[in-house]
Amino acid sequence: MDARRAPRAVIDPKVRKVGFFAPPEPSQSGPPDPISFELAPSANSLSPVMIPPPSHASENLAIHASPDATSPSAEESFAAGSYSSSSEFFPGPMSPAPSSRVGLRNGAAASPGRDGGEKFASSFPRSGFDFTVLNDASLAIREREKANKGGSAVEVKDQTLNAKQKKEKTSKAERRALQEAQRAAKAATKAEGNKASGTLASVNVKPNKAAKPPQKVDNASVAASEKRGGDRPPEKDRKKDAPQPRMQYDDKGRVEKAKRRAVVRQTEARNRVELFRHLPQYEHGSQLPDLKAKFFQLDSVHPAVYKVGLQYLSGDISGGNARCISMLQAFQEAIKDYSVPSEKTLVRDLTAKISSYVSFLIECRPISISMGNAIRFLKSRIAKLPLTLSESESKTSLQSDIERFINEKIILANKVIVKHAVTKIRDGDVLLTYGSSTAVEMVLVHAHELGKQFRVVVVDSRPKLRGKLLLRRLVEKGLSCTYTHVNAVSYIMNAVTRVFIGASSVLSNGTVYSGVGTACVAMVAHAFRIPVLVCCEAYKFHERVQHDSICSNELGDPDVIATVRSREDVSHLEAWATTENLQLLNLIYDATPSDYVSMIITDYGMVPPTSVPVIVREYSREQVWI
Amino acid sequence: MWWRSASFIMDRQQNKNDVALKDSNPNPNPKISAYYETRAAHHGVVTTDWLAQAQAATGPDHEPQPQARPDPFSVIDEFNKWRKQPHLAEAVAAIRALAAVIRWSEASTMMQLEMELKKASDSLKSWDTTSISLTAACDLFMRYVTRTSALEYEDFNSAKSRLIERAHKFGEISHKAFPVLSARKVIAMLSQDFIFDGCTILVHGFSRVVFQVLKLAAQNNKLFRVFCTEGRPDRTGLRLANELAKLNVPVKILIDSAVAYAMDEVDMVFVGADGVVESGGIINMMGTYQIALVAHSMNKPLYVAAESYKFARLYPLDQKDLAPAIRPIDFGVPIPSKVEVESSARDYTPPQYLTLLFTDLGVLTPSVVSDELIQLYL
Repeated sequence: MDARRAPRAVIDPKVRKVGFFAPPEPSQSGPPDPISFELAPSANSLSPVMIPPPSHASENLAIHASPDATSPSAEESFAAGSYSSSSEFFPGPMSPAPSSRVGLRNGAAASPGRDGGEKFASSFPRSGFDFTVLNDASLAIREREKANKGGSAVEVKDQTLNAKQKKEKTSKAERRALQEAQRAAKAATKAEGNKASGTLASVNVKPNKAAKPPQKVDNASVAASEKRGGDRPPEKDRKKDAPQPRMQYDDKGRVEKAKRRAVVRQTEARNRVELFRHLPQYEHGSQLPDLKAKFFQLDSVHPAVYKVGLQYLSGDISGGNARCISMLQAFQEAIKDYSVPSEKTLVRDLTAKISSYVSFLIECRPISISMGNAIRFLKSRIAKLPLTLSESESKTSLQSDIERFINEKIILANKVIVKHAVTKIRDGDVLLTYGSSTAVEMVLVHAHELGKQFRVVVVDSRPKLRGKLLLRRLVEKGLSCTYTHVNAVSYIMNAVTRVFIGASSVLSNGTVYSGVGTACVAMVAHAFRIPVLVCCEAYKFHERVQHDSICSNELGDPDVIATVRSREDVSHLEAWATTENLQLLNLIYDATPSDYVSMIITDYGMVPPTSVPVIVREYSREQVWI
Repeated sequence: MWWRSASFIMDRQQNKNDVALKDSNPNPNPKISAYYETRAAHHGVVTTDWLAQAQAATGPDHEPQPQARPDPFSVIDEFNKWRKQPHLAEAVAAIRALAAVIRWSEASTMMQLEMELKKASDSLKSWDTTSISLTAACDLFMRYVTRTSALEYEDFNSAKSRLIERAHKFGEISHKAFPVLSARKVIAMLSQDFIFDGCTILVHGFSRVVFQVLKLAAQNNKLFRVFCTEGRPDRTGLRLANELAKLNVPVKILIDSAVAYAMDEVDMVFVGADGVVESGGIINMMGTYQIALVAHSMNKPLYVAAESYKFARLYPLDQKDLAPAIRPIDFGVPIPSKVEVESSARDYTPPQYLTLLFTDLGVLTPSVVSDELIQLYL
């Protein structure tokens, strides 16, 4: 890998600062070198940690991207994994490095569901095409970026960045031409006189995982969207750029919404943590009331989807399974009410509609990996609809597919997991669980119903304190429970015999992606030689590989860290937003390395963490047969 | 700390009376493991000459003569008949018994046949619940045999003969081209590359597969020497040393406690397995885990030789997570009754201590076991 890096004679001043720094002075930089562009333009002042950017290798790779269209995604994702080691240093806004890397980035950007994931991938052009294009994801990026225009970090950076971006775009004309040629072959119907929208159309056509062309087709639009990665462009430019290149949808509602959000985002962005610039962070205060007010204005979004989006935004629905099920049910309703406009095909139009809904949901709250997989499933079902079916038959078929997915992959899967997991609970056990996972709760309740004698230790953490709800439900059922916070986990661990945790997703290298704090608990358990059992349905598995929690994550509202509910006297951090050298970080997820995990309990049985790629492979094969 | 933490002292004191009885005899119904008794019986008897004779006696006649179905047909009797032959692994005997069930079944529909098979398989499994390879072989046989998809389209007799054919194939019985010990032969052939001239191999207990490996290496005129652990309480290591000496292989016997002492002279460790579990670990004779730990800490490779029918869908998390298999130990001197004796016959070695597994599916790393199991059971 290193051999591919072209040696750099000069350390580019626009090197990304790693670590936690106040945003640097607006300044400098002469004509940006397009190659080095991938670095955040933020670093004008010297920083203690300067890391030379990865260079031309990415460009070369981009060119090679096209012939590799048919390489199996599994290999690609493993390749991605190998590159990810450098990701720690470049978490982010490499994304501003636009169209040149677009091909790769696009692929990366298209990783299902995770905004952070997209960003992560985007910062590694090399790993660009490891991820299958997920149309909704790429659309998601575009949407988010449009929305995020407001959240620019530094004015000056934005300006320079913007200028660079424009230059970038034009300099990649040949690449664009190549993409156009391919796009032209597909994109007839959706072209809206704009290259970007043209790409969108073709993107919508084939949500197939392995399809390379849509990936490339995404490039142009993604390039534009990638720009926004670090919220660099100043507001005016954002407003100018955001709607036009990203105009994906016919309706103006989305554009308005994006603008509205942009305005909101701007204010809090000043105090964002440097290291996590690549992740979107929105101002949490005014989104909900705004959205509520707009309920009747946004006719582009089906009311059921809108409702679900609001519920995500307000936190009423949280937890992987709940979010996925509610989203799928909203889609069911939307499909029921859907009717094909004249002169459009059901497959393409419906896919576009679903993508637009997904983008809306992403704006409310970045979707989880499980939701991404479910969306991928839905789109593949839509794409596989036989053309001979009438509209109503197609709709009912899709609705029943969704119903079956929910039943088989979520509800039934949970039952199988419970059946396997209770065999690992013996009398006299002390089971520790962290946070609140539906699968683990079901296991504990069922074991108790079977009459096993055991105790439960519920470990909880701020700011969500979801363990309290779990505790309440368990105590109601009659289990003997102990409750503690995560700071005490090393004290309580010597009394524990097993640890059960849930997961938002399990990645291909066995890494468990779960609520923040899980990695700590697993590590402490490992140090005490206590087995850690992860209960996770197979539909949440993903072929992505991740080594740390930085490159792909979700940022929550920092305000909830600053305040403690019912403790108004704890107000030391009241003025954190105005303090220059203080940033608050509220991470939602973290990654637990596979070494700390003893066993994963899925609906495929009890497997070691090394078997996750096998299940991902079998699972995708199974999908083909459905 | 014994009860793991102070928070339990209160509970303990409350439940003391109930618990007291249990504590003194943690296994109220110790189930003597028939599996290990069988092995002891076998190894008490077998010699290579006997082996050759037995093979000759059963040689060309791999298929039981078509005979009138014994009335009443009992799969256990059939199983016992096959089991008594020392060169047959218990699991293979079970497979043959199940194949016999198909052949002599009087069912007239597939459903009935499958139910008969299931019943037979369950009764075999319950005959000895501690034997992992028996359970695994029965499960695998059922999966393999009933997996044919075209069964429902054929008439019953051809479907039945198809099943029988598959059963034979699985048990490696059918033709002269598939000799009885072929799985072991494949494993022996695969492991030859790993035995180099001048190497020292540490072996634990008496595994027939490992013996085949060493025998083939000796026949190929490789120069190596073998360290045999005594393998208490069965002392099967002594039997192995006997056999190897007859092959003119330099053998040295170690008592079980001397393994760490001798480990730096050792180049590799070879063990068999009673069962290979889903995590990639193995369940084997007591003492294997200890040897694995010592070998791992001294960076010596540990190779496991196991046939693929031993892959089981178990996943032990620790030593106590296994079904107990008790083997009474004769110390030679009387032990007071209130003194507990740890008499488990086997232990579990986690996958991180294993280097490679030699199976008839090839040379595998421990993580592949789960891959194979998923593919088979899906």
